Amino acid sequence: MSVPAPIVKRRIKGFVLSVIGLATAFIFLFPYVTMFSTALKPKGDITDIPPTYLPQEWIWSNFINVFKEIAFGTYMKNTIIIALATMLIGLIASIPAGYFVARHNFRGRTLFLLVVLITQMFSPTTLLIGIYREMSVLNLINTYTGLILVNAAFNLAFAVWILSSFFRSIPKEIEEAAQIDGCSRFQAFRKVALPLALPGIVTTAIFIFIAAWNEFVVAYTLASQPAKQPFSVGLSLLTGYYEVKWNYLFAGSLIAIIPVVVLFIFIEKYLVSGLTAGSVK
Amino acid sequence: MVAATVKKEPARKALPWLSGTIFLIVGFVLWPTLELFLMSFRTIDISGLIEGWAGLENYRMLAANFDLPPVLRRTIIWLVVVVGMTLAISLPLAQLMNAKFRGQKFLRYSIIIPWAASLVITATSFKWILDPYYGMMNLILKDLGIIKEDVDLLGNPSTSFIMLLIVAIFVSLPFTSYVLLAGLQSIPGEVLEAAKVDGAGGWKTYWTIIFPLLRPAFLVAAVINAVYVFNSFPIIWVMTTGGPGYETDTTTTFAYKIAFRDQDIGQSASLAVGNFLVIFIFIMLFLKLSKWREADQT
Repeated sequence: MSVPAPIVKRRIKGFVLSVIGLATAFIFLFPYVTMFSTALKPKGDITDIPPTYLPQEWIWSNFINVFKEIAFGTYMKNTIIIALATMLIGLIASIPAGYFVARHNFRGRTLFLLVVLITQMFSPTTLLIGIYREMSVLNLINTYTGLILVNAAFNLAFAVWILSSFFRSIPKEIEEAAQIDGCSRFQAFRKVALPLALPGIVTTAIFIFIAAWNEFVVAYTLASQPAKQPFSVGLSLLTGYYEVKWNYLFAGSLIAIIPVVVLFIFIEKYLVSGLTAGSVK
Repeated sequence: MVAATVKKEPARKALPWLSGTIFLIVGFVLWPTLELFLMSFRTIDISGLIEGWAGLENYRMLAANFDLPPVLRRTIIWLVVVVGMTLAISLPLAQLMNAKFRGQKFLRYSIIIPWAASLVITATSFKWILDPYYGMMNLILKDLGIIKEDVDLLGNPSTSFIMLLIVAIFVSLPFTSYVLLAGLQSIPGEVLEAAKVDGAGGWKTYWTIIFPLLRPAFLVAAVINAVYVFNSFPIIWVMTTGGPGYETDTTTTFAYKIAFRDQDIGQSASLAVGNFLVIFIFIMLFLKLSKWREADQT
């Protein structure tokens, strides 16, 4: 009983691809695996010369003690407040705009979409001095409000864009039927379009949340007080100290990374189309 | 096409629906942009007080800054190498992500991580890996027999910029390869079948049939990536702070240093205006490539 040659060939090809695929995956995982190994090491192991690949003793309690050893609890609290508020404000601003743009043709629509699309590519990094100036004038340095408003504004373009494409995909007739049944235009939006666009709203919400969660440069510039710093700023400042607590630094980093990676996987399929403004679907 | 025949609604009807978006974009994107331009023409003292109009003085100061030319050269290398290498690696990578094999899902999820994770943290991890005493990289290179003595890849000016380039390529790969993957998936199976029937070989099929179909996705990914790479701040800042000296600065980190370390807001604003104009050129390219009007109608 011999297996026919083409099947053997296909199996070899599959095997080779699997090996290449896993090797590639490992390259992408490498910095995070290293982080994980460091996070589990006891204090003394960190400064071993030469270092070891794996912890000699696996200290899982590092993931708890990170809240005591560094101000990680404060950083996380700040990050959660900023990310959630940015998400809420972003949704409140972008849902009606995304809906109206999808359903109506009005004077200035082209201009509005053009401005939205152009600002999608603006980056706070370039405009940092302007942002800093504005925030000093408004007295919003070292406040959550300042960070929330800037984060919301810079992620709005993506939000409007992806939401309007979701609303466009809902047949207009469903809303018209609701209006015939006695709904007002606004009720038709609220009771029919909104629930149907829920996947789009969730995608947008997650996108804004992750962007605000990971934001660094604006917070680094505006939040000089540790009490207002998100983890991206707080952890980055830790590496500047004479003695870096790498194990706690990376335990905290992993706690900060894991939830957003999981969320990201859920929205990945919509991201490409949203980030390229629908030019790649 | 429909748009031309249907009567347009007046703008005031749209206003209540768009007001939140307009408020945030005008208030927190366009205002700082205007503020930045104005500051580049002003004399600002070290405490941030505006003393008056400076005309083109800030721009003259910037042009005379002898640290600028090497930074400009390095920024061009940064942009060309990172975007070019990212595209070159993403093409086969997207092909691999699209192939059928055991572990394909695992590969796709692994590639997502550098995209989703905070750039600061990824850069910190690489800084730690490259640490001359405690880092994993020296251990690996020694175990592989590539080096005998420990090396300080980040501290040495001849290698530190190369390390930054590698990390920047690493974090750019996910977005670009996912865009190309989406492009690949939009190619109908029949096209590939037809090519096979015609007897075109793997390599030839790729360059004559697949690549031309991928070109729109390829170009859009290139432009968007160029903007990301040009603006990239956390990688350089976390790993080397642009140092030693200005050895690893790009115009983005250089502008930051002039403003927040040297306290020369005016000169920094003029450099930031230059950065802004470069990005604006990319945006114009993007608008042309994305044919956004048509995309919007569908």
